[in-house]
Amino acid sequence: MPFKIVSSQCTGCSACELECPNAAIFERDGSFVIDSKKCTECIGHFDEPQCVAVCPVDRTCVIDTSLPRYQAPARGETA
Amino acid sequence: MYASAQHGASRSDILTALGDTKQVGRKSCSTSGCCGQGKCGSQKGQGDLPSGLWDKVKTHPCYSEEAHHHYARMHVAVAPACNIQCNYCNRKYDCANESRPGVVSERLSPEQAVKKVLAVASAVPQMTVLGIAGPGDPLANPKRTFKTFELVKTAAPDIKLCLSTNGLMLPDYIDAISNFNVDHVTITINTVDPEIGTRIYPWIFYKHKRYTGHEAAKILTERQLQGLQMLTERGVLTKVNSVMIPGINDHHLAEVNKVVKSRGGFLHNIMPLISSPEHGTAFGASGQRGPSPQELKAVQDSCEGEMIMMRHCRQCRADAVGLLGESRTAEFTIERIMSMELNYDMDTRKAYRAKVEKERAAMIVAGHDALVGLADVSSDIKVLAAVATKGSGLINEHFGHAAEFQVYELSKAGAKFVGHRRVDVYCQGGYGEEGSLASIISAINDCHAVFVAKIGACPREALIKAGITPVDQFAHDFIVKSAIVWFTAYLKKVNSGEIAHVQRIQAGSRNATVISAA
Repeated sequence: MPFKIVSSQCTGCSACELECPNAAIFERDGSFVIDSKKCTECIGHFDEPQCVAVCPVDRTCVIDTSLPRYQAPARGETA
Repeated sequence: MYASAQHGASRSDILTALGDTKQVGRKSCSTSGCCGQGKCGSQKGQGDLPSGLWDKVKTHPCYSEEAHHHYARMHVAVAPACNIQCNYCNRKYDCANESRPGVVSERLSPEQAVKKVLAVASAVPQMTVLGIAGPGDPLANPKRTFKTFELVKTAAPDIKLCLSTNGLMLPDYIDAISNFNVDHVTITINTVDPEIGTRIYPWIFYKHKRYTGHEAAKILTERQLQGLQMLTERGVLTKVNSVMIPGINDHHLAEVNKVVKSRGGFLHNIMPLISSPEHGTAFGASGQRGPSPQELKAVQDSCEGEMIMMRHCRQCRADAVGLLGESRTAEFTIERIMSMELNYDMDTRKAYRAKVEKERAAMIVAGHDALVGLADVSSDIKVLAAVATKGSGLINEHFGHAAEFQVYELSKAGAKFVGHRRVDVYCQGGYGEEGSLASIISAINDCHAVFVAKIGACPREALIKAGITPVDQFAHDFIVKSAIVWFTAYLKKVNSGEIAHVQRIQAGSRNATVISAA
């Protein structure tokens, strides 16, 4: 399940945009939005989702339960 | 000319200056060096600072108390992201009528920011300094911050660049800071003890991870002190801001002062916590109070002599424009800037600065001439005087129009700026407000006199009743000179037995007046 941003909570500070490893976050009308197709929940990049870890307001970057969980691509044998 | 001044001061210059500062403290001179006797005045406010350092601070309102009467600064809010959480900050609160640090209504792109700088520089010739101070941390937004610096450096090379940071990322950007000729950096260091840090910082975000508790505070403290030392080694002047939080770091600030001094900090600005439940901060919610002006002054006094203490800070907004204490933010909204005709002319600005420097020199000479008269009177008495001023070191504001009063401590050594008190403006649309008059009196009731350009009969009577003498005979004259002349006459009257000297009671809580003014 990708993350989504609760726009009423978003201060528009852009911290998440700077940290997202997938460039999945962009600004729309003063607050930020996560492109669910690009969000990987930071799996394979970092131990914790960067948008959640850097966001100054609690409960702003949350799991979007309406979408299926992100599946990390299977690692090749050489990886 | 600007570029050559950048690297003029080496580490040894700074350390020498700090050594000299100790001497300045003993002689009871202020940052400006204009209050004491002898050589301070002959150097027109330079005091004991070496020339390289004086060039860097003489037109910087934050780094020179004396310059703050004459020169203005502006902040551009291009860097909204932050990488730490402080208990005195709430990122959600953003109101145009609010005026506290970190809060801002308009966030700019670097391109919009440079347009704003040119618009302000064209309209406000005394603007000499551009700072990036959030909201957020400029070094959590390095691209936007340095892009803005780059654009401003090209378009307006005579403007000094500053940045204000929490220090977490500072060691990583020392080269960029040097390369962009940023010669003034402010680091907020509230503690050098991670245990105390845990009560101020709930978390930090560092190297892709959120840290909490002791570990977070330890990383932050170490990075701040490392960054400070690196800046000193590069000859970058560094001011350290510390928020005074009663019960948490108030007794620890002398230690902070010692540590930052040993790392080459140039100026220490101990400022009061602004906290109120409606700000929605963790401290606001927990009922953590800010210090009274007296508590703040006591801590500042206890650090005096160790390094230069800043006492004229107005804790301005991240989009402040104008002289310290003055807010012209509303004149320069993006909408207005876009329709403004830009007339950025270096020659006009240069000519203006030359005129200001002439006035400054005259002001210092007048202050010294006045001191001569004071030398004949013997007394240990110290009194405070409040001054209504619009800037330029003059008593040029009406009592009823003053949104703040500057406070000077008068003694045998002269007139020393010790702080300011924000108040509700008494005269709104020509009518006096009784409620605001009471709050003004309570804000300055530790002062013996209030110097004004003009004052109405009603407030005059109320002030006299409260034991504060309204003084309007020095209207449009220099503050320091007038205060010394008035104080000399006061001491003479006390010595001759004409009047009895009475110690004034303490002023009300500063926070109370700030909140009522918000």
